[in-house]
Amino acid sequence: MRVVVAMSGGVDSSVAAAQLVDAGHEVIGLSMQLYDQRQGAESFGSCCSLDDLHDARRVASALGIPHYIVNFEEQFQATVVRNFVDEYARGRTPIPCVHCNATLKFAHLVERAAGLDAAAVATGHYANVRFDEDCRQYRLLRGADASKDQSYFLFSLTQDQLSRAMFPVGHMTKPEVRAYAERLHLAVADKPDSHEICFVPDGQTGDFVERHLDQDAALDGEIVDSSGALVGRHRGLHRFTVGQRKGLGLSKPEPLYVLRLEPAERRLVVGSKQELGGRELSASGVNWIAGLPPDGPRRVTARIRHRHADAPATVMSSASERASLVFDDPQLAITPGQAVVFYDQDDVVGGGWID
Amino acid sequence: MTWMRIYLDYNATAPPLPEVVAAVSRVMSTTFGNASSVHAFGQQAKAELDAARAGVAHLIGAEASEVVFTAGGTESDNLAVRGAAEALEPAGRRHLIATAIEHEAVLNTVRALERRGWAATLLPLDATGVVSPDALRAALRPDTALVSIMHANNEIGTIQPIEALAPIARAAGALFHTDAVQSAGKIPVNVRHLGVDLLSLSAHKFGGPKGTGALWIRRGVRLVPYMTGGRQERGRRAGTENVPTLAGMGVAARIAADRLHHAGAIAVLRDRLEAGILARVPGTVANGDPARRVPNTSNISFEAIEAESLLIALDLEGVAISTGSACSSGSLEPSHVLRAMGLPNARARNSLRFSLGSTTTLEEVDFVVGVLPRLVDRLRHLGRPAAAVR
Repeated sequence: MRVVVAMSGGVDSSVAAAQLVDAGHEVIGLSMQLYDQRQGAESFGSCCSLDDLHDARRVASALGIPHYIVNFEEQFQATVVRNFVDEYARGRTPIPCVHCNATLKFAHLVERAAGLDAAAVATGHYANVRFDEDCRQYRLLRGADASKDQSYFLFSLTQDQLSRAMFPVGHMTKPEVRAYAERLHLAVADKPDSHEICFVPDGQTGDFVERHLDQDAALDGEIVDSSGALVGRHRGLHRFTVGQRKGLGLSKPEPLYVLRLEPAERRLVVGSKQELGGRELSASGVNWIAGLPPDGPRRVTARIRHRHADAPATVMSSASERASLVFDDPQLAITPGQAVVFYDQDDVVGGGWID
Repeated sequence: MTWMRIYLDYNATAPPLPEVVAAVSRVMSTTFGNASSVHAFGQQAKAELDAARAGVAHLIGAEASEVVFTAGGTESDNLAVRGAAEALEPAGRRHLIATAIEHEAVLNTVRALERRGWAATLLPLDATGVVSPDALRAALRPDTALVSIMHANNEIGTIQPIEALAPIARAAGALFHTDAVQSAGKIPVNVRHLGVDLLSLSAHKFGGPKGTGALWIRRGVRLVPYMTGGRQERGRRAGTENVPTLAGMGVAARIAADRLHHAGAIAVLRDRLEAGILARVPGTVANGDPARRVPNTSNISFEAIEAESLLIALDLEGVAISTGSACSSGSLEPSHVLRAMGLPNARARNSLRFSLGSTTTLEEVDFVVGVLPRLVDRLRHLGRPAAAVR
């Protein structure tokens, strides 16, 4: 079978490619160029930078597979970066990786793959996809390595997208992946994991957003406590996220946390850790992996950010692509713009965007 | 791979001729001396250089003493543009003219000088990529130092009317440089007939080694060298000469001059390829001037196709072609040449360049014409990407 593997130059997608070669597939490596590599420091991110493209090429060469770089700069700018900035401007905290997966890897790249007669697109995600013979449907499952599981970032995949997706390292742990890369003498075996957002390599998200916002718009505003009393001022809501403690510039005896952002008033509301807990949320843009929402309330465990241990909850489809969810116990920092993903054991049931 | 690969990317580089490989190997193993040394070893190397210089001069109808060896076409272009700009600056000439379809070696050098205070004008082109003498007349200024217009374009193959353009520039007191990297070895190139002052060559485009080139400098034209150091190349290009590859360039130049009559046979194959594609693949159109172009190049736009994908699909079938100049990462962008000719971005983005050469066969051409309809059809009939869910 001819398979396209999305090669980032990292160890995970490199081993994904190697696994497919070992399995006897005809593998074509594609790397996405997502921003102009020739412009300034901003371009040299941790993922898909010029060095990473070279790493991908070296791995492909070592595996003896053809490798090409495809230019998705326009699509990346128009979807992922635009959405990222817009979300911050709306007082939300976005996750660009989900959009990158949904619109680039599993839409544009899948289209390219089909044009090359490839049946599937493989990535280095720690997740699993399985066809369930009983219900004639694809299932999306957590990766075997609980500490690396990336199923959270894939909740928006449709049945059609899942039918063309392969996650060759999903059954492996990170140490197994590194050992595999070492056995094959792949140059990326020891390469550190990337953590930050690829197009904001210096991690200065606030500065990045500011450069892309309307330059004339006022950004600063009041910081108030939950009773509405003024406690300070801030330089721009896009520099804050729910649950944030650092960078508030307040000197109070008890630690204060960001409780919520009120973009209409450009107001930041802060409070104690107790006030940060919440049990309920509503989500929009909801995708149900099975294609249809469940009938009535469904018991799940839910994650409200990538590094959140999922907690028991009840989810209910409230309207088209909307859902409401109630946790059994209060959860800290339910953050608009982040994804909420519903699980049944290892199965991803669905997910959406927290409002 | 056990199957044959078909190479139709001669404008990117040509395979080295066997005679060139033999010459490089021979000189490298027998002649290690420094061509600047006084002793016998140096003299032996110097003799190889002289022979190479004569070979290159022969290809372009020049005197050997006017040929300056460089490390390739890009360096030749840099030396011509920077050297002329700096040499004429004291005379108050701080204006440069080029076309918008020059190779990046010229374009980006002009831009670099612009950032340092020189003025620059990029000449417009007609829809086939040709510069008109009137456009040049209109752009010339009393302070124009240099006009740089390529002889043949790398992407579309269009040949500029250098014989008509050069006298106009020279009458205005400006130097005239032509980048002949894509014409030398494909069509007759004679520096006297062209009437230019400076002419760039690259060995690997006509069967010589890479990293090896030459700049022809008309006798009496003074350039400020930008590579400073020893007195090699009559003080115009410092650095110990790469004698083996330059010897290879000399051999390649002589063979290219002898085989210029092969161009007719290559043109027949190119025309068969182009006609076959235009007839068998719907929604295709050829770019450039169908008459005034080098005999090996065909540039074709494929409607509703991402050229990037078609290039990859062809490579997976063993056919090597190009979409134009490759950029730093190897990723593909809309051609600056086709955009400068006024073609819309879509057409500039869905064009492919086929460039043939001495090894190209009728069977290869027919294979490409045969395989293309299926590949194009598959790329055009994709389901639209599944709508992104959010």
